[in-house]
Amino acid sequence: MSDPNASSIRPGMGEPGTTRTSHEHHELGFIRKYIFSVDHKVIGIQFMLLGLVFFVLGGLFAMAIRYQLAWPWESMPVIGDLLFPNTGQAITPEFYTMLFTMHGTIMIFFVIIPLLTGAFGNFLIPLMIGAPDMAFPKLNMFGFWAMIPAVGCVVMSFLQPGGGPGSGWTAYPPLSTIASASPGSLSAQTWWLLALTWVGFSSMMGAVNYVTTIVKMRAPGLTMFRMPLTIWALLIAALLQLFALPVLTAASMMQISDRVFQSGFFTPTNLVINQINPEGAGAAAGGQPLLWQHLFWFYSHPAVYIMVVPAMGLASDILSVHARKPVFGYKPMVYSLCSIAGLGFIVWGHHMFASGMNPALGMTFMVATMMIALPSAIKVFNWLGTLWGSRIQLTTPMLFTLGFIAMFIIGGLSGIWMAATPVDIYIHDTYIIVAHFHYIVFGGSVFALFGAIYHWYPKMFGRVMNETLGKIHFVGTFIFTNGVFYMMHQLGMAGLMRRTADPYDYESYAHLQPLNVFITISAFCLFVWQIFFVWNFFHSMFWGKRVGRNPWNAASLEWEAPSPPGHGNFDSALRVYRGPYEYADPSVEEDFLAQTRDIESK
Amino acid sequence: MTTTMTSYDPAVDAPKHHHPVYDYDSGPPVDRGKFAIWVFLGTEIMFFTGMIGTYIVLRAGSPEWPNPAHRLAVGITAFNTFVLICSSATVVAGLFAVQKDDMAALRKWWGLSILLGAGFVGIQAYEYVHLIDHGMTPNQDLFWSTFYLMTALHGLHVIIGVLWLAVAYVKILRGEYSSKNWVGLELAGLYWHFVDLVWVLLFTLIYLM
Ligand code: HEM
Ligand SMILES: [Cu+2]
Repeated sequence: MSDPNASSIRPGMGEPGTTRTSHEHHELGFIRKYIFSVDHKVIGIQFMLLGLVFFVLGGLFAMAIRYQLAWPWESMPVIGDLLFPNTGQAITPEFYTMLFTMHGTIMIFFVIIPLLTGAFGNFLIPLMIGAPDMAFPKLNMFGFWAMIPAVGCVVMSFLQPGGGPGSGWTAYPPLSTIASASPGSLSAQTWWLLALTWVGFSSMMGAVNYVTTIVKMRAPGLTMFRMPLTIWALLIAALLQLFALPVLTAASMMQISDRVFQSGFFTPTNLVINQINPEGAGAAAGGQPLLWQHLFWFYSHPAVYIMVVPAMGLASDILSVHARKPVFGYKPMVYSLCSIAGLGFIVWGHHMFASGMNPALGMTFMVATMMIALPSAIKVFNWLGTLWGSRIQLTTPMLFTLGFIAMFIIGGLSGIWMAATPVDIYIHDTYIIVAHFHYIVFGGSVFALFGAIYHWYPKMFGRVMNETLGKIHFVGTFIFTNGVFYMMHQLGMAGLMRRTADPYDYESYAHLQPLNVFITISAFCLFVWQIFFVWNFFHSMFWGKRVGRNPWNAASLEWEAPSPPGHGNFDSALRVYRGPYEYADPSVEEDFLAQTRDIESK
Repeated sequence: MTTTMTSYDPAVDAPKHHHPVYDYDSGPPVDRGKFAIWVFLGTEIMFFTGMIGTYIVLRAGSPEWPNPAHRLAVGITAFNTFVLICSSATVVAGLFAVQKDDMAALRKWWGLSILLGAGFVGIQAYEYVHLIDHGMTPNQDLFWSTFYLMTALHGLHVIIGVLWLAVAYVKILRGEYSSKNWVGLELAGLYWHFVDLVWVLLFTLIYLM
């Protein structure tokens, strides 16, 4: 802090619309720069690496699940000896239960949410609004470091007797709260709950920071309706986290209390599980298992939008850049995001139709759920409108974004249909549900994430990823994703239930095994195909083509900064003159008109 | 066509040597920290809404609910509630003092707030010890289940609040606040008032109704 002017810049204390600038010079050591960093870009990349590592782990769990479903109880190659020495290398039912529990948990809480809000939220928010960093850089750092105890708790949960939690990512009591219910409900479940609580802390700190930064730190001229849709989406996802997540935290506390202090929040009277009556064993009872479902889904339905809304934002931006055309219907896009988020709070009951509820209430949940299709459809039509008559550049980010749109449509359509109570009572807990949400979470969010990584990679590392490898990655991923998840619709229509280690025990499902073999082979291919991505990602970091600040000729603010941006992001304070999507504007020679370019005063 | 990427040109693309320091203020004319604390209190409201909602559902769904007066020392806790309300008042007095640059009064009021807050925690801990001594543990029935979890989670908030006030106190001693800069104190104060308000709700629900 050698510059006397530097101290005159006190964050957050100026008049609205003010800009203050000075210059300072300092060097940070390796640890402060890359490990305990307060720089939003480093924190974003830390989240990204964390998310990608867990993506591999969650993927491996999925492969094990698929192996069992294709060839039940057959000995597992390579890892069989290691994990199941007592059962002739075959998986055990408890292990299978743990697998799907932790697959879901990891993918949702350690992959999709950290990648979307943690990695891209952190990296893009300050850059896209022209700011030097987040409003509270230290809080931001704590947000990332709160993920480490979360990871620790996950590791601990695997080391418990019983070998990991086993009540699904939804953790319904009494299965999850009564220790005698299953091996996974021994101490592993408590560690699982603690892990979720830490993830919750992390998300909460991040969300407070994001909302404050977006509202309070936009460059002069960047009105709310000139913000990129990514920023809108991240703002709305942060609000969803802020108002939904604490309810899950409260509910987790109750479950921990039930498990550790034998309280009775979720334990009904006269319950007997595996010959054990919790009341007889000294626990309180009189509670309501359904209460957990309400609290859980009050969070987790908004959570599914936390998982898709940022993806919608990323997709909108990528689409506009690579179609060289403004986003069609910008304001309807914003309003539809808002209404998706608003409606998202009143539809949680559609997960509980089969649990039983007052038909009038069920009807309300059904209608509210179907109403979400409206804003979702507005978004889809506006994406299509953006593509209409545009100059589509089939780059890798664009391909993944087109994939996102295609698969979001399929997942969204099955969503409306299963929201009809009578339909859902039949298909609930079958593979239809698995197909539905994987179309949205994998086909939608993960595709958008891949697109976003390819698109913003040059900003992160100053180099582009290899296009040829990227296209190969896309084609295989697209084909195999559909090979895996489309077929699950068929399984579901035949009635095959999810979360069952060996469905072929029931004769009526035995004929479904060949289809499952097909799915499993597709899944293996999908997994292996990601090698193209992993190689490209790490290789390009050092040997990719070095590019300038704005390789895609994009108009939004992040492309004004150096690639990668240094500490403090931009060369100086920015001024914004227009929205982020000015492509093919006739008033300039280039086919894009940067947000900061002042054409009037020239 | 736009497919050709511009390649790296150090003259244009390299970062400028001196990295800049700049900042903006957009949005509503409030301090950033204050904006953030209100957002944070929003999540806290949802947290306690979840807890209180659960209490109401469980209580309404129970065939019978004990009269709290028969189980809890309502009088002592009423006094404790009074202690907490006083601590909110002393925080406000401290904030008035700092605006007049009356540092002696600020130290006095702020220190008193910390003592009152700690006193609240102490009395609650005493209540717990007493109850547990008499076998009143969370596993007895739903009344105790909800009682302990709700008061303990609130107590945790009080402890965090006391620590926050204490950190602010150290900063007061270091002379970091004045009538021109007292946002930090206000933030601690907002959190503290929130925690007190929640207690009034919990006390009414659990002890009085
Ligand atoms: C067009 C909007 C959508 C509608 C109408 C819709 C509807 C539904 C319904 C009715 C269910 C319950 C099915 C059952 O369990 O019987 C469900 C499950 C699910 N949906 Fe959606 N959905 C929509 C969008 C999404 C999105 C955007 C995501 C995620 C990003 C998502 C993720 C999920 C998940 C994870 C489940 C299953 C949860 C579980 O039981 O484990 N859905 N959806
Ligand atoms: Cu839902």
